[in-house]
Amino acid sequence: MADVAVVAFAQAPQERHTSGTTNGVEALVPVFEQLYAATGLTNRDIGFWCSGSSDYLSGRAFSFISALDAIGTFPPITESHVEADGAWALYEAWLKIKTGEVDTAIAYGFGKSSAGLLRRTLALQLDPYTVAPLWPDSISIAGLQARLGLDAGLWSERDMADVAVRSRRDAETNPNAQLQGSKDADELLAEPYFADPLRKHDCAPVTDGAAAIVLASAERAAEFTERPALITGIAHRIESSHLGGRDLTSSPSAAAAGAAAGVDGSRFDVAELHAPFTHQELILRSALGLDGDVRINPSGGPLAGNPMFAGGLTRIGEAANRIMSGEAGRALAHATSGPALQHNLVCVMEAAR
Amino acid sequence: MSKQRAAVLGTGQTHHKAKRPDVSMAGLCREAIDRAMLDAQVEWKDIDAVVVGKAPDLFEGVMMPELYLADALGAVGKPLLRVHTAGSVGGATAIVASSLVQSGVHERVLAVAWEKQSESNAMWALSIPVPFNMPVGAGAGGYFAPHVRSYIRRSGAPQHIGSLVAVKDRRNGAKNPYAHLHQPDITLEQVQASQMLWDPIRYDETCPSSDGAAAIVIGSENAAAACANPGWIHATAMRSEPTTFAGRDQVNPQAGRDAAASLWKQAGITDPLRQIDAAEIYVPFSWFEPMWLENLGFAAEGEGWKLTEAGETEIGGKLPVNASGGVLSSNPIGASGMLRFLEAARQVMGRAEEHQVDGARTAMGHAYGGGSQFFSMWVVGAARPE
Repeated sequence: MADVAVVAFAQAPQERHTSGTTNGVEALVPVFEQLYAATGLTNRDIGFWCSGSSDYLSGRAFSFISALDAIGTFPPITESHVEADGAWALYEAWLKIKTGEVDTAIAYGFGKSSAGLLRRTLALQLDPYTVAPLWPDSISIAGLQARLGLDAGLWSERDMADVAVRSRRDAETNPNAQLQGSKDADELLAEPYFADPLRKHDCAPVTDGAAAIVLASAERAAEFTERPALITGIAHRIESSHLGGRDLTSSPSAAAAGAAAGVDGSRFDVAELHAPFTHQELILRSALGLDGDVRINPSGGPLAGNPMFAGGLTRIGEAANRIMSGEAGRALAHATSGPALQHNLVCVMEAAR
Repeated sequence: MSKQRAAVLGTGQTHHKAKRPDVSMAGLCREAIDRAMLDAQVEWKDIDAVVVGKAPDLFEGVMMPELYLADALGAVGKPLLRVHTAGSVGGATAIVASSLVQSGVHERVLAVAWEKQSESNAMWALSIPVPFNMPVGAGAGGYFAPHVRSYIRRSGAPQHIGSLVAVKDRRNGAKNPYAHLHQPDITLEQVQASQMLWDPIRYDETCPSSDGAAAIVIGSENAAAACANPGWIHATAMRSEPTTFAGRDQVNPQAGRDAAASLWKQAGITDPLRQIDAAEIYVPFSWFEPMWLENLGFAAEGEGWKLTEAGETEIGGKLPVNASGGVLSSNPIGASGMLRFLEAARQVMGRAEEHQVDGARTAMGHAYGGGSQFFSMWVVGAARPE
C-alpha cells in the first residue's frame, strides 16, 4: 500500500480570543492560502479533504458544514469529517491515500475555544448518566490525575513547573505561540494554586485557532517539498471512560499506540507531545520511553497555545516541520482526546530517503 | 497501487422505536453490535478497530459520546474513530471502516452508527442559529418541501407519486421485524387523507423519529474466506458541496450525480437500472424516491416518477427500492445511512429474510445529509470483485 508523507503545514496564530465566528472560515482561509503557496497546489488539485472539529465547542449542530466555505466546494469535492481533533482527520486522510484512491489530501482542524467556558464544556464528555451531572470540569480531573502522581512520588510540583518553564521559553521562537516566555520555576512555585495541585502554569491556555496539513503519496511528495516527512507509522488507541477504572498516572493507550506506530526505543531527534497539562507530558514521556536526549516540544507545545481540535494536528505539523527544515531526521508526534489522556494517537515521521 | 478487497461479514440492528427507555445509549449500541458479531461469527478478539458514526452530539446532549461509550463499543485498547458527516454519516462510517481494511491496516473492523433521539430534542438541536446564515426555522420537512415542489413542477409528476412511495415503503417495513413502523394494510387513500405538514409533504409521507443503532463487521479477503456468503464491497463514493450558492440545483445536486458516476465506474456498472438488483436509497420524505432515482442515474431527468408509478420500485419490480421499509419506516438519524448500506449487504448475502429480493446479486446503499449536499454510497455484491 502507498506510503504517505507530510509535505506542508500551516496554522492560524494561537490567540486567547479571536473576533471570528465559530465557523472556522476566517481562521482557515489564510491557512489554506499558505498551503497552496507552499505546494503550488490549488483547492481543485486535492484528492481528499478531512476535518476535525466539535459541535459542542461551537454550541450548535453541524458546525463543520460552514467551514467548507473556506475550501470552495463546488464543483463538489470528496470530503469527510471526524468529531475529534484534526489529528484523527489526518489519520482518515492517511488511510485514503493508503488505499490508492487519491494521492493528495488536506487534513484540517479548527476550534474557537473562547466561545464558551471550555473546562465546563469538556465536562460533557463524561458518562452522561452518572458522572457529567456532577460537572467535574477538565481542569479538576487533570488535578486529580496530578495529585495521584504526586502522592505516588512519580513526579513533584517542581518537575511540573520545569515543564512549563521550558515550554514557554521555547515558545519565544514560535511566532504563532499564544504564551511566550516564563518566570523561573521558583517564582512559579510561589504562585497560588488554580485547582490544587495545579497552578496556572500547569494548564494549557484557552486558545482559538486552526491548523492544516497537506499529505501526499510518497511517489508525489517530492513535487511539493524538498524534504518530505514520511509517515513510517501512525496508530491510536483508546482507554476506558471509567476514570476510577484506569491508572491515571500511566498511559497504556499512548504506549500501545506508540508500539503500533513503530516506537521501539530507537532514537528520536524531536517529539511534539499534546499534553495540555504539565504532568501529562511527564506521563507521556514515560509511556513513550522518551529519555533526556529527545528534544520535547521545541515549538512550545500545548502549554504555549492549545487550539482545541487543532492542537493535536499542530503537534504533527510542528514535528513534520522539523524534518522538512532539515533540523531533525526522525520525529514523533502525539495527539490526545478525551478526559485525562483517554485517547492517544502517535505518528512517527522520518526524512524521506 | 490497488486496494485490498473487503467484504461485509455480518450485520446487526436494533428494534427501532420512538423511545427505547429500556436501554441506555451504550445498551442500544451493544444490541446492534452483538447481533452483527453473531451474524459475522466473530468474537471481540477478532475485532481490530471500531469506527462509530452519529449525527450531531446535540441530539443526545453528550459531547463526543464515543469517549464514554468506549467500553460498551468494545474499543478499549483498540483504535476508535468517530465520523460525523451529517445525515450521510451512517454510510460514511461504513466507508471509513472499509478503508481501514482496503488500506491493508486491519483485518476486521466493526462499524457502528446510532442515534437515541429520545434523549434530547432534535428540533432544538437543529434550530441554533448559524453565523451568517438566514435561519430557516422550518425543520427538515419545511426545508425540503420547496425542493419537492420544484421537482414536481420540473418533471410534471402527478401528485399521487409521493403517496405511492409511502404505501410501498410502509408495507415493506411491515415485513421487517426491526422497523419502527409496521403498517401492512396502509392504503393510498389513507396516505392521501393524512394531514398536510409541509405542502406537498403529508404526515404519512414523512419519516418517523427513532431510537436505533446499526452495526456492520467488515473484513479482508482472508477474513471473508471463513464466511459462507460475504457481501463484497465493489465500490464506495462520497461527495460534498456547499449548502447554498447562486445557481445551485437542490433538486438534482451535482454532488450526488458525481458520487453516483464515480460509484458506477468503480463497480463497472454501465446500466444501473439493469445491473442493480436492489437499492436502499435514503428517502426521508417519499418524494425523494423519484428525485434520487434520477440523481443516481437509474432514470433520466424527469423520468424517475415513472418507475415508481409503474410499480418497478416494489419488491418484484425492475429495481426494488427500500425493500426493508427504508427511512420512511425507521429513522434513527445517525444510523439511517448505515441501515441503507447494511440492508443492501443483507440482500446480496441472502440474509434479508422476509424482505429478501429474489436472486439479488448486486445492490447499492445510499445516504445523504445536510441540505442535500453530503452523499455517501456503496455497491455490494455476492461475487468477489475482479
